[in-house]
Amino acid sequence: MILSRIGLGLLTLLVVSIVIFVLTQILPGDTATSVLGQNATPETLAAFRHELGLDRPAALRYLAWLGGVLHGDFGVALTNKQDIVEVLGPRFRNTLFLAGYAALMALPLAVGFGILAAIREGRLTDRLANIVALLAISMPEFFVGYLLILNLSVNHEWFPSLATVGTDTPFGERVWAVTLPAVTLTFLVTAHMLRMTRNSVLSTMSTAYVEMAFLKGLSRARVVTRHALPNAASPVISVIALNLAYLVVGVVVVENVFTYPGVGQYMIDAVSKRDVPVIEACGIVFAGVFITLNTFADVMAIVLNPRLRHPR
Amino acid sequence: MTIFGHKAPLTAVVGLAIILLNLLVALAGPYLAPYGETQVVGGGWDPASAAAWFGTDQIGRDMFTRLVYGARMTIGIAFVTTILSFAIGITLGLVAAVAGRWVDALISRAVDVVLSIPLLIWALMILNVLGQSLFSLVFTIGCLDSTRVFRLARALGLNLVSLDFVEVARMRGEGLWWVISREILPNAAAPLMSEFGLRFCFNFLFIAALSFLGLGVPLPYADWGGMVKDNVGGISFGLPAALYPAAAIALLTVGINLVVDWFLSIDARPSGAQAEM
Repeated sequence: MILSRIGLGLLTLLVVSIVIFVLTQILPGDTATSVLGQNATPETLAAFRHELGLDRPAALRYLAWLGGVLHGDFGVALTNKQDIVEVLGPRFRNTLFLAGYAALMALPLAVGFGILAAIREGRLTDRLANIVALLAISMPEFFVGYLLILNLSVNHEWFPSLATVGTDTPFGERVWAVTLPAVTLTFLVTAHMLRMTRNSVLSTMSTAYVEMAFLKGLSRARVVTRHALPNAASPVISVIALNLAYLVVGVVVVENVFTYPGVGQYMIDAVSKRDVPVIEACGIVFAGVFITLNTFADVMAIVLNPRLRHPR
Repeated sequence: MTIFGHKAPLTAVVGLAIILLNLLVALAGPYLAPYGETQVVGGGWDPASAAAWFGTDQIGRDMFTRLVYGARMTIGIAFVTTILSFAIGITLGLVAAVAGRWVDALISRAVDVVLSIPLLIWALMILNVLGQSLFSLVFTIGCLDSTRVFRLARALGLNLVSLDFVEVARMRGEGLWWVISREILPNAAAPLMSEFGLRFCFNFLFIAALSFLGLGVPLPYADWGGMVKDNVGGISFGLPAALYPAAAIALLTVGINLVVDWFLSIDARPSGAQAEM
């Protein structure tokens, strides 16, 4: 079961890579004409195509590209001829750092308050948590981000407004600089996780054995933590993994708000400059992270729930 | 207060009021706005005054006027996108549910591939190919979002297909389109309605985010996401100009979510939030 799920994940990634390649390389038409312009002679066009390897069949070009990607070679950027991996590597680490930082804050908050809301269902704590979560879900990332910048770094100079970090920034300073973007992300992701944690605990609460526990006269807090929670754990864990995946996307906008040197900002930059190899590389990296996290979520669900291990 | 025969909590009433206000502004736009859409009325980032209620933007256009015109553009685009997404999603979803295993497997696997990575990443790659225009924006987001609608419509369709009245219609010899449009669609309408609110919110935020990134609604139209991007420079001088359009976006989505939340709590039929999981 677990192996077949991982296999499915790899297959998905392969198909996605084909779609990405077709989308960015085949559909836009002839790269040579768009680079050299309409006035280029047929000879220069042919020479240029040969130089870029564009005169080979699409399937071969795909295999060559895929082989490069698997060896960690994404080619060079069109605009400044930089090696993409050299730029992408540190940026990828930055993005993971930001997402990890946000996850560290979001996880305890979301699971804690989610369980608390489930224990006190329908009471003030629950309703308050619900309203706050609803507000947080509705707000665009940039609104929260700029609100924080205006209040915490412009009006009171407590945090830097631009999260500019280099490769040699010391760890303490890095944490300091990334705090505001991480808080922004936390705010958004926590809301989703909180609501789903609460709902999955509550849906376990409506089962017969939980009713039995209540009838035995146990307190609500004890029923939730000892009886309901162990069975609610596996949906909660997959919810968490799904939201970590969501975190990776939320990063795109947040990185742009704080001009943080991560993969998201790199990709937006590349799209505005129409730098195809870079767009492709960033797309594949995002796809890889997202599919890995999703696969991980499903594997965890299988591990935690014996019923899923034995197909009917 | 009761609406449609149900007692509405305070939050839902507030939500409805916000939605109505936004619709009013979007529809009556040009009559409400004191100045022209691109008319320059003062210096860059003038503070709020009696003549310009929210001050002016980065090149001296009236912020209130821009917000009013922006409402029309931003809400209109998101609405058209959602309609397109539903048209594609419902058609494919119900066809997949009714037409048989092979068609279903084919469409479902294609949708799985699209949903296996974030829609924002797809959108960035597709917009790179199509270039920046209103049409390509609506088309891209509409197609991408239809995958989510497809999942819900297919799930609803599969539940309905096994019911007796559909069986009867098939035995009568009715064709695929009759079964879909006369037997299935009317019965799937209610859950699809509350899904519409959720998807509208999603598309609205999605387009705002793209505009903010400079890849959404092209110039010179006023739209809220783009206005945030244009006025961001003022933030570091402590000027809140960029926050007004951002707050307008947040306000409308909060309003819709409040109402949808209430809808979902009155009928516990399969909702978008559950079908998406």
